[in-house]
Amino acid sequence: MANQASKSGLLFSGSDWDFKTLSRAYEAIEAIAVEELHLDVYPVQMEIISSEQMLDAYSSVGMPLMYRHWSFGKHFLYQELLYRKAGRGLAYELVINSNPCIVYLMEENTMALQALVTAHAALGHNHFFKNNHLFQQWTDAGAILSYLDFAKGYIAHCEERHGVTAVEAILDAAHALMEQGVFRYHRPPKLSSEKQRDGVRERLEYEERSYNDLWRTLPPSKGENKAGVENLGMAERKKTLNLPEENLLYFLEKNSLILEPWQREIIRIVRIIAQYFYPQRQTQVMNEGCATFVHYTLMNMLFDRGRISEGAMLEILRNHSNVIFQPAFDDPRFSGINPYALGLDMMQDIQRISTEPTAEDRDWFPDIAGNGDWRETLLDAWRNHRDESFIRQYLSPALIRKWRFFVLADTASEPHYEVQSIHNERGYEKIRAALAHSYDIGASRPDIQVVDVDLLGDRHLRLHHNVKDGIMLEDSSRDATLRHVRSLWGYEVSLAAVDAQSGATIHERSTSQIGG
Amino acid sequence: MPIFIDRRLNPKDKSLGNRQRFLRRAREELKRSIRDQIRTGRIADVDSEHIVSMPARGTDEPRFNDARDSGRRQHVLPGNRHFAPGDRIPRPGQGGGAGSSPGTTISEDDFRFVLSREEVLDLFFEDLELPDMVKLNLKEIVAFKPRRAGFAATGSPTNINVGRTMRNSHGRRIALRRPKQEELDAISKELATLEAEPPSAAARQRITALQEELEWLERRRRRIAFVDPVDIRFNRFDHRPVPNANAVMFCLMDVSGSMGEREKDLAKRFFVLLHLFLKRRYDRTEIVFIRHTHEAHEVDEETFFYHTQSGGTVVSTALEEMHRIIEERYPSNEWNIYAAQASDGDNFATDSERCIALLDGQIMRLCQYFAYVEIIDERESHIFGTTDNGTSLWRAYSVVNQKWPNFQMSRIANAADIYPVFRQLFARQPALQKSA
Repeated sequence: MANQASKSGLLFSGSDWDFKTLSRAYEAIEAIAVEELHLDVYPVQMEIISSEQMLDAYSSVGMPLMYRHWSFGKHFLYQELLYRKAGRGLAYELVINSNPCIVYLMEENTMALQALVTAHAALGHNHFFKNNHLFQQWTDAGAILSYLDFAKGYIAHCEERHGVTAVEAILDAAHALMEQGVFRYHRPPKLSSEKQRDGVRERLEYEERSYNDLWRTLPPSKGENKAGVENLGMAERKKTLNLPEENLLYFLEKNSLILEPWQREIIRIVRIIAQYFYPQRQTQVMNEGCATFVHYTLMNMLFDRGRISEGAMLEILRNHSNVIFQPAFDDPRFSGINPYALGLDMMQDIQRISTEPTAEDRDWFPDIAGNGDWRETLLDAWRNHRDESFIRQYLSPALIRKWRFFVLADTASEPHYEVQSIHNERGYEKIRAALAHSYDIGASRPDIQVVDVDLLGDRHLRLHHNVKDGIMLEDSSRDATLRHVRSLWGYEVSLAAVDAQSGATIHERSTSQIGG
Repeated sequence: MPIFIDRRLNPKDKSLGNRQRFLRRAREELKRSIRDQIRTGRIADVDSEHIVSMPARGTDEPRFNDARDSGRRQHVLPGNRHFAPGDRIPRPGQGGGAGSSPGTTISEDDFRFVLSREEVLDLFFEDLELPDMVKLNLKEIVAFKPRRAGFAATGSPTNINVGRTMRNSHGRRIALRRPKQEELDAISKELATLEAEPPSAAARQRITALQEELEWLERRRRRIAFVDPVDIRFNRFDHRPVPNANAVMFCLMDVSGSMGEREKDLAKRFFVLLHLFLKRRYDRTEIVFIRHTHEAHEVDEETFFYHTQSGGTVVSTALEEMHRIIEERYPSNEWNIYAAQASDGDNFATDSERCIALLDGQIMRLCQYFAYVEIIDERESHIFGTTDNGTSLWRAYSVVNQKWPNFQMSRIANAADIYPVFRQLFARQPALQKSA
């Protein structure tokens, strides 16, 4: 069969795959991707897995290695249920931002699907991971797998030493603050190499070993300390602690007075994993759009060159159109904007603008309209943008009309929504701004910061929630999360809701009010 | 050229540990759910897979979330058909404006999932405070025993059947005409005598011929082995389940008005436990439900637990009915008969004597085991806990209890009291098996 296929120029025929065919397909696809799209990718490691293993991978946030925690079990049961009921198909692939780039392929896929998935993940996502500035600056693809391996081992080790319950308590609390555990504005330090990590751990262990309880019994030297306390003004205090601090987990890890070294290390692990995923959350549309654009373009090119049969192409197109299906807002199947569809449409739109622009495009995008080099334009967009800036920059009026976007204003106190803008001259700018804003993770997640703590006094930890547009926090989950903060901090914690514009305190909630 | 790794053969259930952690965490809630299902389900279905709904308490993962019902937002939606700026759309529903606004997905916290038989039984046993050995016994499904089952051409060296092997070898040697030692000996002997004689032409010729023949025979002997791998036979063993006899379980219950929800629930668990025990011990178990007021009837499970009937309480009617059914359908030489009776202890004043007579004279002879529980109020439990005083039925059964070792009785006020009733049953397993 292989002979037959190669004679006719086809990469494969029939739906069965074997490793030789996969390898041949990858090489052909990679060659054309480098030659035609100028993609630049990490080396690829393809792993064939069964559907059950795919479910396993799903439930541990898509990573091949993960520490143990009950919440992953819960997600597994949920995913398994959806899968069993056929309420949701499994993804055909899973790709990990690592070097080498790991791509999981499901064994059930037909050869046509494997080719599609190879183009999508092994080239599209892979290129994006390697070249997008967010990933380049914020994640360390070479070190993540060995770090996860360390994390898994370390947490298992802690469970042996300190008991599963104690470790679980820390993980629960840290997971609750995962979203507040990332640096959004300044770059995180690089993952330390294994050697350094071992050094850190050894130091911690040494501290634990050499701890001597006698020091605690020394009488405090009177006078000196007291004067010091009074002199330390609030401003001084904030300066020494680097406040305000948006990364709650970082603050707790460094400054909490009650945590043991191993507990700090666990918080650090959760924090680093949260940070690793932060760029992915900011580039959903771009990442999926890039991968979808790449697979669509490559598959068509291969088909045009007679390397994919018509039957296989039909199957590929059918799957492609399933992936980019976007129902309208009033359709029962509507569940938000499909990032695959929006990303692909925008990128194809850029392709169109740079090759055959209309007068309107020349007006809106003077720098790229008609420049003829859509490859370079796209490569540049993939390199330098995240969802928010990408949409703000490249969403064209033509696309707004095609999607028939409109903006709905939702004021909680009023009994109705109001249509603010539609796809007309006056609406384009507003729709574009509103859509871009909705993809700004920094703006759309609650902004909570540590503002003050008196380490020498009652150690009351004060948090501020900057309330934007009057959006408050949901009461029950806020209280439960505050309880977690308290368990990590050890002393009273209070959260004040402060209006971002006026600076007025709207509401204050303290753990002493919650109890527990 | 990418690296390919085939992970399909990797061990499965990578997330099993996570799943177990989750179940442990949700234990209390799951236990309640299982308890409800046991209350409503059939006795025989207890040890199958159960679908339970996701417990909310203890397994939510809180984080700071925006409240849906506050503030001002903008939603960008696709697919506008007829809206113009300034149009107003009424907020759908009262539930905080979900409806068409984006980001509303089905909550992960209200799904249902399946617990395996093991997990269900674990949760079920926890309430009953069963000793671990007993739990293990009940969970085990079937015991297997290896039995001789003919011969096989493959097997482990310890199982070689020498007799068979040699018989095959012998047959093969005959069929292939393997030269026998005697033939060789005869030729060697002749050679020796010929060589001892003075040489002659005829003798020399004979010697050469004999030597050739000897060589040929020896070659042939080497070629055709004495025992060849094809001859070897092994004893074959089949793993057969240990044969169990049949058992029938009689559930007797007083259904007069005094038995309320709580009493019936406890009674049901009592029956379930006995049934689990029997199911594990016997290939085939049948359950007969007899309910009684002042008259007794055999009924189906549904009626047994959920239909009330008014009337007085005459316990002996149930015993008579049981006796009748045994005579009719379950001859005691073919069936192991177990009986479990639950009651609140009320009985018609003069009936207790008759109960004693029935049990003593007829039923106890036929039964493997008769367990009686009297369900009492929790408040009464410390009063009645130890004394022999009690309801008329209790006093009557005390007499039987002293006479028959396989009669057990107990007062129970909550689920943990049930197991002691069966303690003897679980402790003396081998002795109780009739067929043994």
